[in-house]
Amino acid sequence: MSETGIGKRVKRREDVRFITGRGNYTDDISVAGQTYAAFVRSPYPRARIVSVDAGAAKAAPGVVGVFTGQDLAADGIGPLPCGWMVKSKDGSDMKIPARPPLAVERVNFVGEPYAVAIAETPEAAKAAAAAVETEFEELPAAASLAGAAGGPQIHPDIPGNRCYDWELGDAAAVEAAFARASHVTRLEFANNRLIPNAIEPRAALAVYSAATEEFTLHTTSQNPHLARLILTAFVNLAPEHKLRVISPDVGGGFGSKIFVYPEETAVAWAARRVGRPVKWTADRSEAFLSDAHGRDHLTTAELALSESGTFLGMRVRTKANLGAYLSTFASSVPTFLYGTLLAGQYRTPAIHVEVEGLFTNTAPVDAYRGAGRPEATYVVERLVETAARELGVDPAELRRRNFIQPDQFPYETPVALVYDTGNYQASLEKALQRADYAGFAARRRESEARGKRRGIGFSCYIEACGLAPSQLAIQLGAGVGLYESGEVRVNPTGSVTVFTGSHSHGQGHETTLAQIVSDKLGVPFEQVEVVHGDTGRVEFGLGTYGSRSVAVGGSAVIRATEKIVAKGKRISAHMLEASPDDVDFDEGVFAVRGTNKKMTFGEVAFAAYVPASFPDDLEPGLSEKSFYDPKNFTFPAGAHIAEVEVDPDTGVVDLVRFVAVDDFGEVINPMIVEGQVHGGIAQGVGQALLEHGIYDDAGQLVTGSFMDYCMPRADDLPSFEVDTTVTPCTHNPLGVKGCGEAGAIGAPAAVMNAVTDALGVKDLAMPASPERVWRALQAV
Amino acid sequence: MQLTLTVNETPHELDVAPNTLLVDILRRELGLTGTHVGCDTSQCGACTVHMDGRAVKACTVLAGQAQGAVVMTIEGLGAPGNLHPMQQAFQDLHALQCGFCTPGMIMSAIDLVRRSERLDENAVREGLSGNLCRCTGYHNIVQAVLTAAARM
Repeated sequence: MSETGIGKRVKRREDVRFITGRGNYTDDISVAGQTYAAFVRSPYPRARIVSVDAGAAKAAPGVVGVFTGQDLAADGIGPLPCGWMVKSKDGSDMKIPARPPLAVERVNFVGEPYAVAIAETPEAAKAAAAAVETEFEELPAAASLAGAAGGPQIHPDIPGNRCYDWELGDAAAVEAAFARASHVTRLEFANNRLIPNAIEPRAALAVYSAATEEFTLHTTSQNPHLARLILTAFVNLAPEHKLRVISPDVGGGFGSKIFVYPEETAVAWAARRVGRPVKWTADRSEAFLSDAHGRDHLTTAELALSESGTFLGMRVRTKANLGAYLSTFASSVPTFLYGTLLAGQYRTPAIHVEVEGLFTNTAPVDAYRGAGRPEATYVVERLVETAARELGVDPAELRRRNFIQPDQFPYETPVALVYDTGNYQASLEKALQRADYAGFAARRRESEARGKRRGIGFSCYIEACGLAPSQLAIQLGAGVGLYESGEVRVNPTGSVTVFTGSHSHGQGHETTLAQIVSDKLGVPFEQVEVVHGDTGRVEFGLGTYGSRSVAVGGSAVIRATEKIVAKGKRISAHMLEASPDDVDFDEGVFAVRGTNKKMTFGEVAFAAYVPASFPDDLEPGLSEKSFYDPKNFTFPAGAHIAEVEVDPDTGVVDLVRFVAVDDFGEVINPMIVEGQVHGGIAQGVGQALLEHGIYDDAGQLVTGSFMDYCMPRADDLPSFEVDTTVTPCTHNPLGVKGCGEAGAIGAPAAVMNAVTDALGVKDLAMPASPERVWRALQAV
Repeated sequence: MQLTLTVNETPHELDVAPNTLLVDILRRELGLTGTHVGCDTSQCGACTVHMDGRAVKACTVLAGQAQGAVVMTIEGLGAPGNLHPMQQAFQDLHALQCGFCTPGMIMSAIDLVRRSERLDENAVREGLSGNLCRCTGYHNIVQAVLTAAARM
């Protein structure tokens, strides 16, 4: 097999431009005559806009225009939609507050834009934005999740600030399970609010051609086709065929760049209005205020166990903070991406979960790396670890007793999923070995001899990835299908251009997908180019999130290569005067079985475009596409083990070891997969030890910069030990499951299980800051 | 003000406001977009360049401070086919994903290696704590810097 095929550690081809400063991020792009936008944002968490006076701002030097929410509304630019309908227990639809791109009558969170200034320079635009004089009537705010239901009503038509009251599972079966339990473990905790903070801030550059009435919007999107669909079909910016969305190099997303935001909407509209290109790049302060945040749950969770430690039932009640408005996929995150994962890796026979989605006067909350699944894993794995301690059972042993066994797949959980395959104990045993669990007691004694506390914690997570079978997703309320497109275009010289609807913002698709196509077609890796992120070049796509790019996007590409091979067989059969059924394709050669007649892939490609004597039923050309709709979710799973040492004098937690053993099914490029795991772990450790997006009681964002919001730095983290086990996915052609979110899903529970073990406390709030740890130790 | 400075071995004379930031001079005036801006509080390090041989955050240097300076950006470091050992190590060890922090990280890492007599993992982690990366968890960055240090 070649050195660049499936399974090889191929160096990334995109790196060359990034390490030499030749990346092409949105803010790097400039066009002739461009102007700059600056947004005017609410200083209040909740207020009525009495009047906006842009007179002085418009008169300022270099100002091209100043526009308010009224101007967009007058042009019929309409509210930003939420793409997932969730229904309450009583069958009623979730409540959807109208979210105008620029606020018109009321502002509902600090940082909500209500006007935009366009000027010749960024400085002039910012000065003009600052010169807009606004009279507000400040209104009482519902700033906290805990107080949201009884707080001031944010939207006139949404009583109790309640979006929905959702449930999943069999409540009666759970009651019965708890009634016969010999032990119940109960925890109440928060899943802390996080701010995604991709290092590239969001940006947009819009160009409008009056001649063709076409928009070109360069923007930092994880899913440019979805952005185009929303901006045209729902927001009414333009007809869909008149908007081209280009997401060039994008500097990280982690979910936050899935969504359609007010800013790119207003920038695109303004480009037509002022008749010149308009560019906007968020500064970090704006990113903190206006990017969709993640997590933010309050949960009560209970696990019922038998005398022998068998899980009998689980009951979970969660309040989920949705922020002031429903962001693009906000409704689905604390419901279908959360409640469905509460079985974890276990045979818990009865589970019931209730989730109240609540509005608050804070930035919208939506998917952030893992999206619902880290929250679910935190519930399950904190409960299991706590139960083990309460029962005096080794936490690894309690997990072994309750794992779904390899011979039980496909396994239908009580929360609506069917796991296709897995071997959870294999991952755990490997992780225990890698972490030298047997030697932990000695390490703990050694730490204690130095006056330190040492703890170890596990997290055996599962995730549902590869979103999603369209029929199922649409049944559950999704506004779009979740297939993916792939096109394989063979050029006359035999090189190949691959078009994918997936989008890379760091994941390395240009390398991974080229490996797959090179492997399947026997074309040299260097001869395969991957195109993504441009609605003008790629037919359609749903983009990248939920670890779906290879499982769904890669499967589409595989299907397209299969069609290429089939067509190649017909062409070569014709050229070699044989039947297509008698042609075999292997390693880039079409050969007639039982003869020495053969054609190379390149020869077939050339013949396809120079069809000297093709019969009527054989079309020229060699280009095929596929829309792949997954048959099920994929279920990556694994075992993460964290070991910490705590300094009782300072409360500082030192993460001394982190072992991750993950089952991602088949792996295309192990180097890239390991990198994805490293990054996910860092974000998960960040949630556990460092990060917290905090609003004060009045609704002001306290953690609004990198000086206040504690991002993981190189010296906060250890090197990680990562390994894999493999049970191939049973229902996609590559046997892959997805790896992008695993670290962020598994790590928080592993770290907090280790911290609570070290401290000897039942629970501790994330992030386990030195102050919290120190206070907890004083209370023991 | 009239600003004279040398960037990537090319001398420039520019007419800029004295409060213009070096990073804006590089990106806007000279079109050197390899140097990135990731924050507004000098915390992320994405804008790190070399000025008179030392790593500086270009978002925190005013035009007036750059008078007569010799500046090196990622574009001047090495091109495909002729990469600096640090650039090469970043690719070899998969020390980047989205690539946005990478130029600043590479410029900081080179300065760190030059300033250090001996580097181990802890020293690299401490030395790079002024540069944020959200993608890699720093694991492979640390490996790359140690590898490049041995090659440099």
